[in-house]
Amino acid sequence: MKVGRSLGCLMVVALAAAAAGGAALGQAATTIPKDALVQPEALHRELQANPHAALILQVGSRMMFDQDHIPGAEYAGAGSRPEGLQALRMRVGGLPRSKAIVLYCGCCPWDKCPNVAPAWQLLHGMGFTHVRVLYIAQNFGTDWVARGYSAERTQ
Amino acid sequence: MRTLVAGAVLVGVMNCAGRAQEPRSLVGRRAPEFSLDDLHGTHVDLARDRGKVVLLNFWATWCAPCKVEMPRFMEWQREYGARGLVVVGVSIDDSEAPARAFVEKLHVNYPVVMGNAQLGERYGGVLGVPVTFLIDRAGVVRARFDGEEHLGAEERQMRGLLGGSER
Repeated sequence: MKVGRSLGCLMVVALAAAAAGGAALGQAATTIPKDALVQPEALHRELQANPHAALILQVGSRMMFDQDHIPGAEYAGAGSRPEGLQALRMRVGGLPRSKAIVLYCGCCPWDKCPNVAPAWQLLHGMGFTHVRVLYIAQNFGTDWVARGYSAERTQ
Repeated sequence: MRTLVAGAVLVGVMNCAGRAQEPRSLVGRRAPEFSLDDLHGTHVDLARDRGKVVLLNFWATWCAPCKVEMPRFMEWQREYGARGLVVVGVSIDDSEAPARAFVEKLHVNYPVVMGNAQLGERYGGVLGVPVTFLIDRAGVVRARFDGEEHLGAEERQMRGLLGGSER
């Protein structure tokens, strides 16, 4: 009887995870593997060499994105919100799983950012093999714009 | 003349290179006025708050540091409201629904409006949250605080702006 109840609980958890596309809302950015991170300076140089090196998706806030974002980036919805993850899923759904993608947020200090880890987990769970996350220590203003790296506002 | 030309060239190069590199500091300048409805439909007009000390806080429902600050701001509104403090929240959430639900759940006792990119730019760029401004009774920005580790300094400075007798 206990086994049956446990199996039932497991199924409920599995269904919930499937509904979230394998992403766990509330996960901290610190759970993202270090080898999946890209530093701001490295990405800046990469984009200088090839502006189309990767699909860049901001997964934080529309208001922040519209003020300033990495040139060529798209807003994909807040990674901490179910509707944001759904929008992200829709955006990448038809892409080859080998597509180079960079996710970033920059809303808050890295260890407090609620948006990037669920977004990274979603793409990882969908089978994308070349997903990196921009490591932003403080916020996008301090770690990207104030350093003089290219940024643009939404027209 | 040569200096002028060099300056013009430098400005041109900077413009070509992209957007401004430093958020424009508003400290010491008149606070940009705005007029927006809050989440309860009540009009919030910063110009109407002239003569009061305004604590303007940009936040988001998914921002953990913001959630640390907001109960303190509610306390301050209760404690210092009679002395002229007005707290105004600006949500940077993408939509009203989560902001409204959060404000109702927490029983936030000050007006909260939905922000937009233009407002963020007018306040020097809000490219991270929380960001809090202290505006004096004359409508001049006296401080900008990025992050939530400044509650002590915010309260001290806010009490200084309120003036009068201390507790």
